[in-house]
This record gives sequence, structure tokens and C-alpha cells, in this order.
Amino acid sequence: MSIKLTIDGKEVEAANGATILQTARAYGIYIPTLCDNPALEPYGGCRLCLVEVEGMPKPTTSCTTPVTEGMKVKTATPTVERLRKTVIELLLSDHPNDCMICERAGDCKLQEFAYFYGLRENRFYGKRRQYTKQDGNPFLERNMDKCILCGQCVRVCNEVQGVGAIDIAYRGFDAKVCPSFERDLDCEFCGQCVSVCPTGALTGRIWAKKGRSINVKEVETTCSYCGCGCQLNLHVRGNEIARVSSKADTHNEGWLCVKGRFGYEFITSPDRLKTPLIKKDGKFTEATWDEAISYIVTKFKKIRDDHGPDALAGLSSARCTNEENYLFQKFMRAVIGTNNVDHCARL
Amino acid sequence: MAGLVTVFGSGVMTNSVPETENNDVMFVIGSNTKENHPIVALRMLKAVKKGAKLIIADPRRIPLVKHAHLWLKQRHGTDVALLNTMMHVMIKEDLINKKFIEERTEGFSKVAEAVEEYTPEVGEKITGVPKEKIIEAARIYAAGKRAAIYYTMGITQHSHGTDNVFSVANLVLMAGNLGRESVGLNPLRGQNNVQGASDMACAPNVFPGYQKVTDEVVRAKFEAEWKVKLPDKIGMTAIDMMYAAEAGKLKAMYIMGENPVMSDPDQKHTIHALKNLELLVVQDIFMTKTAELADVVLPAACFAEKDGTFTNTDRRVQRVRKAISPPGDARDDSAIIMELSRAMGYDMNYGDMSEVFDEVGRLWQNVAGINYRRIEKRGIQWPCPTPEHPGTPYLFKDTFPIGKAKFSAIKFNPSLELPDEEYPFTLSTGRQLLQYHTGTMTRRVKAIDTAAHEAYVEINPADAGRMSIDNGAMVQVTSRRGSITLKAKVTNVPDVGVVFIPFHYSEAAANVLTNPVYDPICKIPELKVCAVKLEKVQEDKNHAA
Repeated sequence: MSIKLTIDGKEVEAANGATILQTARAYGIYIPTLCDNPALEPYGGCRLCLVEVEGMPKPTTSCTTPVTEGMKVKTATPTVERLRKTVIELLLSDHPNDCMICERAGDCKLQEFAYFYGLRENRFYGKRRQYTKQDGNPFLERNMDKCILCGQCVRVCNEVQGVGAIDIAYRGFDAKVCPSFERDLDCEFCGQCVSVCPTGALTGRIWAKKGRSINVKEVETTCSYCGCGCQLNLHVRGNEIARVSSKADTHNEGWLCVKGRFGYEFITSPDRLKTPLIKKDGKFTEATWDEAISYIVTKFKKIRDDHGPDALAGLSSARCTNEENYLFQKFMRAVIGTNNVDHCARL
Repeated sequence: MAGLVTVFGSGVMTNSVPETENNDVMFVIGSNTKENHPIVALRMLKAVKKGAKLIIADPRRIPLVKHAHLWLKQRHGTDVALLNTMMHVMIKEDLINKKFIEERTEGFSKVAEAVEEYTPEVGEKITGVPKEKIIEAARIYAAGKRAAIYYTMGITQHSHGTDNVFSVANLVLMAGNLGRESVGLNPLRGQNNVQGASDMACAPNVFPGYQKVTDEVVRAKFEAEWKVKLPDKIGMTAIDMMYAAEAGKLKAMYIMGENPVMSDPDQKHTIHALKNLELLVVQDIFMTKTAELADVVLPAACFAEKDGTFTNTDRRVQRVRKAISPPGDARDDSAIIMELSRAMGYDMNYGDMSEVFDEVGRLWQNVAGINYRRIEKRGIQWPCPTPEHPGTPYLFKDTFPIGKAKFSAIKFNPSLELPDEEYPFTLSTGRQLLQYHTGTMTRRVKAIDTAAHEAYVEINPADAGRMSIDNGAMVQVTSRRGSITLKAKVTNVPDVGVVFIPFHYSEAAANVLTNPVYDPICKIPELKVCAVKLEKVQEDKNHAA
């Protein structure tokens, strides 16, 4: 069943049950939001998506208002724009001005709105929330004084991850997101909360000072842990991974697990093998590639000549790429001449 | 996978992961999905939110249990009895899909006969699951309009692993739950490219695309492409290789990115076998326990340092892209293989990895339509035979690769080593959320290793209380193969009489204990069940914290 309405004078159609915000988005009409996330239930918390609807006495939140037949919506009247600006101003009045050193600068929705609304000075002064960091976990950094209480982290943890590790405690000005009894975070550390946080309230610990957006390029690839095959964006600065993220339009819907999101440090581990090694008298000594290759090939050939190709065998890896596995079995079959090749699918 | 190949002619997930959220019934057996396939589990939770029923059969109280409608806590290794009982109920209550059985399967009557004796009472006696629950599970599964089954190593890593797979397949065939969107049988693959490594035929009996090495026509095709005469004799499996090495028949091994010392059962035997080789070449990114035994170690690039593709658990071929350069002199595995080939006198040259994939496409119809240009933005699920083909989210719509699917009559056989007076506990092994496989990578991620630093053995509070073992106390776990000492984690995840050890930790390697007995058909080791005893380690006063 389709519903007809107009948004900013444009005639649009939506399915029964759709919200004004969803409909506007479907038609490319921009409405600012901080607490909305298409993957989560509507929340109506940030008051930024207010719109005017003909016949309604007051502006209404477009994220929670379903469309009705013949509805006339205006998304950018001077009244709602003034209200939005005030909302941002109020949020900024209790927000530390440390964009200079914030991990999320350049990728922060609050900063972006302050920019678009031209907010430098603030009309509102008063008490500020000050929280001491007390997290014992090695994955997530929680700066609750940067939290705008959009509730996305609470909802994603509950609705998507099914864990419910955090919720909003206390009321009014004292409201804050925390685990039960304000203990340390004890969860699956998937970092879904970090990925939806619109500000610098939640970041990855290992992201610290690795690079934000300047000189960082994103490379799309596939995670190398389990068989889910999640699509990753590696944020690369220099020859180092600064952080890992994932986009919502992937088959994993932008969600990752603790290993995919935070498990990349092994790449730059000092333990990485950097040179070929040949064992002499029970000890490894460094060798050049030429030395290593000729050592191996001489022995491979001798063993094949003395005992036949079936005296050699190869084990390849479910960790390597298709192309490497293909070449590996081709090497064993076409070059060595044996079908003694396997991998660890059974383990 | 041998099991499903026998049944259908193909051993892969029948559905794609995104279809999971539209299931109305999910039966998860032997899969700790939330920890081992976290993102698949998210789709399952989405389905539950949309009203799907989730049935879990697992001896352990895995994290997904808290979202389940029904939890069947079967004894370790009794899956066949559980599944046969469900089928018994379905037949008795006429909940089977006769049309599907008639048109698309063969051998039903033998299975009907075989499950006759598995009454709910018998099922309860063997599995320990109350019969009402087994009956309810059978009814829910049979009533599903979009029912799918998910399983992993909890089903396969048994001496009767193939029997388990056959039983699961029997259940699916009986209900006719195959060949439609969100309806099917889904073995979730544990490692990033297990599917791809199988597809690319790192296996002793087949060429890429599961084409038999013993088939003359197939061999001729590969010989033409590779321009060399190829061996026609089936080779050794990884397990056979270790025995052949121990016996001195195998002289040299080339191991790329594998760590059998950690992942194979009976570590002593594996080490002994590898030491017995004249030449062991290990190519890896770290000095693994296996690499330590090598004569030559070659430094390789990791996934972020090279181009290529991985094929994930739902047959999706996706790009891997080079983001950074490898450290020192480390090189791409492919470059190393090519160089070795050339030094051996075989001309192996490719401009880039897309040419390798194109060569696979020329030899295997199922990926013939996939190339790097097409998967630039998003992956494609094989089968994809032509460049116009969109890929295949779910399999077996109209037919099976072998025509009619085959039922197999299966009887329950207990695991080969059960608890006795001397070794009173059942040991099961597996992974935990934070660490991965043999820990080579994750143990070098500081944050992960901080949060999951130590090896541990999960013990039920009742057992711990009886033996006065406190949470965090050191215990010695001993099997007939060996002994390890590690911390006790007292938790109600395992049942009374059962202990669980994650296999990631080399200093307390679970595979020192496991039983190297194998499924006779697919040669998978029995890593999920063996017998152990526990002893409290008396704390040295000097070291007491």
C-alpha cells in the first residue's frame, strides 16, 4: 500500500509505516540527524531532524513520525533551522573544545554541524560534565564528556550485537552511558558502538595518534580471520594501518568483530619474518633469496631423483589467497610431479 | 566435506549468509556461531528479532544459547542419536516432505528403517536430552517454511564426523528443506579462505574445481593448459603425510602458511614426523612452532601486503588488496612459488594475480564468469559460469549435481575414547572469540593478548567444587597422550563431567591431549572428544601471588 505526500513541495510516495525521514532520504532530501541510524530502531533523541508538518501545531521529529496520506512536510523552514542550530549550540555548550587532538576530528558529525551552522561562539554557559576515564579494557577508549547521548551505542549493542553491555544511567544533566553499576566494560569488544558513535566519545585505543584523515588513504579488502569474509577498509598512513572500518553497504552491513576491527597489529609485529633463514648446525642463519631458493631446489631435485616425486609433499594454507593456493598445487603437480598436496580444511 | 559431496555432489553452504535473516527456523548444531562466525550470528539475531525460532544443539552453554527458543544439550559425540530421534519423530508424526523425497532423493526407506529404533526414549537415554525437547525440535524444524541448518566442526571433528554430516543431511532431505531462498544446509567454514583452498584443489585427489586427478579427460585438460605430463595417482592427505614422514617414506615437505604442530592432534607425533624429514621448508609470516623445525624458512607477505582473492564461507569470491609493503625481504607467496618453479626448470610467469584467476576460470566452469573487473566493487558467489551470470546465492533449486540426493542409513556410534575411571572427564577443544586458530596472529595483537592472555580450561562449578578447584587455580590436565598445566576457568559453559580447552596457546597446547583417531572417510581427527583427568597443582608458596 502506497502513501502519497509532499516534502518541500515535491510529490513523493512511501510504503505504509515508513517515517518522514526514511521517505525524505529515499528521495534524496537531506534532513540532519545525530541519533538516527538506518540499521537501528528510530529513537527521536537528538531533536535535529525536526520538520514542520502542515496542520501540526509544533515541529515534529521526522525519524519517528510515520507518513500519512496527503501530508505536507517542510524540512528546512527558518523555524526548524533555528531550532536545529540551538540544539547544536546546546550540545556544544557542554562539549570539550579539543577537536585539535580528538581522534575523530574530520570524521565527527558534531564538528560537521558546528561547521555548517557557523558556530564558534556559544550563547550558553554553565556546568560541564567531567568524567574520569576508568576503562580497564584494551580495545575501546570511552570519553564520556564528548558523549551527546544519541544512544546509538546502546542500541547497536542491544539490537544488533545482542549483548546489551551498556545503557543510559541517571537522568537529565547527569545522564551517561555506562555498563551496569558503572563497572569496567566487559563485553565482546566488537566495537560496533565505536563504528556508530557520531563524535569522539568512543574510539579505538590502538588508533591513538596513528592518523586521522590527512594523508590517510582507505584500501578496501577482505578480512583474513574467519570464513565470514567481512569487507574491511584499511586506513593506511605511510606503511602502517592506522585503523580498520567497514561500510554499511557491504554484505556484512558494516559490522565487524573484535578480531576484524582491532586484530591487525600483528601485521607490524617486530616478530615478523624479514629474511630467508637456513638452518646450519641446528641454528637459523640469515640467507639471501638466491641462497635459499638454490638450497631448496638442489635438495628437491636430489630427493626427486633418488626417491621419485612422491617422496615430496606440500601443505598449503586456508589463510592464503586463491591465487597462491592455485599456484601452490600447480607447483606440486606440474613442477614436482606429485599429487601429495593438502591443506587443513579438517582442522 | 566428503559427506555432503556423497549426498548432493557438492559440499558447500547451500545458502548465502544474508539470507539467514529471513529464516523462520534456524537449527544450529555443533557451531559456536557467536564466537567463531560473529557476523553470521548477527544475521541469526536479526532473524530472531523478526520472529524466527532458534534451536541450538550443543553440549556447551555457548553464547547464542541466551537467544535460543530451545536448547538441546546433548552429550558430546551423540549427535547421530539426536538427529535420528528427530527423524524418528518426523516419520511417526508424518511431518516429512513426501513429494520432495519422491522426486528429488533416493534411499529414504533404508533411513526410515534405520531410525525406527531411535524412539524418543532411546534418544533421551543416549543423548541426555529430555525426549519432550527432541520431539519439540523435530516439530519446529519440520514446520519451518524457511528453515535452515548451520553446523561447523562440532559436527565434523569426530571419528564419526562423516556419519554426523550424513545424519544432518538426512534430516534436511526428509523435511525437503533445500533449494529455496533461506532454506538449506550450511556448513560454516572456519578460516578466511578454507573454501578457496578447497576450490583451488589443495587436496590430493582433485584438480581445481573438484575435478578428479584419476579422470583421464580432466587430466588431459590440465596437461594442455599447464603444458606438462601430470601424475594420475591420488596423493597423500595431510594426516597420511605425517605418518609417511615418520616411516621415512616421505623425504621433503613444503609447508605454506600452515602450523600443523599446533593444529594437528597429538603434537608429539607431528613433531617427530617433521623432524624425521630430510628437508622441511616452511613459508610463513612468523616463526611458528612448525617453522622452528624447518631447514629453510621463507618470509611471506600477509593479507594486507598483497593482491588476490579469498572465497568466503558462502562461496563469495572477494578481492584482497595490497595496502602496505611487506617488512624487510618478505615476499608474496605467489612470487616465491613462481621463483621456485623457474629454478626447478618450469616456466611460471604471471603479470599480476588477475591472470592467475583467469587461468582458473579457463579450467573450472563454476568461476569462469568471475574476473577482477567484475568483483572490483563487490564479490560474486560461484557458480558463475559466464561473464553475464549474476552468481548464485543459493544452490540446488531444481536439481542436485548428482541428480537425486542420496539418503544414507546411519547408526549411532559412540566416540572412540570415552571417560573411564582413570580419565573421568570428557575433553572438548575449540576456539574462543578473541584468539584465532593457532594464535600466530592474534597473540601478536597486544590488545587481544592483554584481554585473553592465558590458556585456560573451562570446568563446571559442580566439578570444581567437588575437587576444590578455585577459579584461576592451576590444574594439570592429562590424557593418554600427554599432559598440560593451565588455569582453571570455573564456568557453567561446559556440563558436569566435561572440560573445554581453546587450542590457541602453544605453552599449553590442547592438541598435546587430543586423540589422533580419524574419521575413516574424510580423515578428520576427533578433536571434539577424548578422555582426560584433572589434578590440582599444589601452589608453590614462593610463587603465590
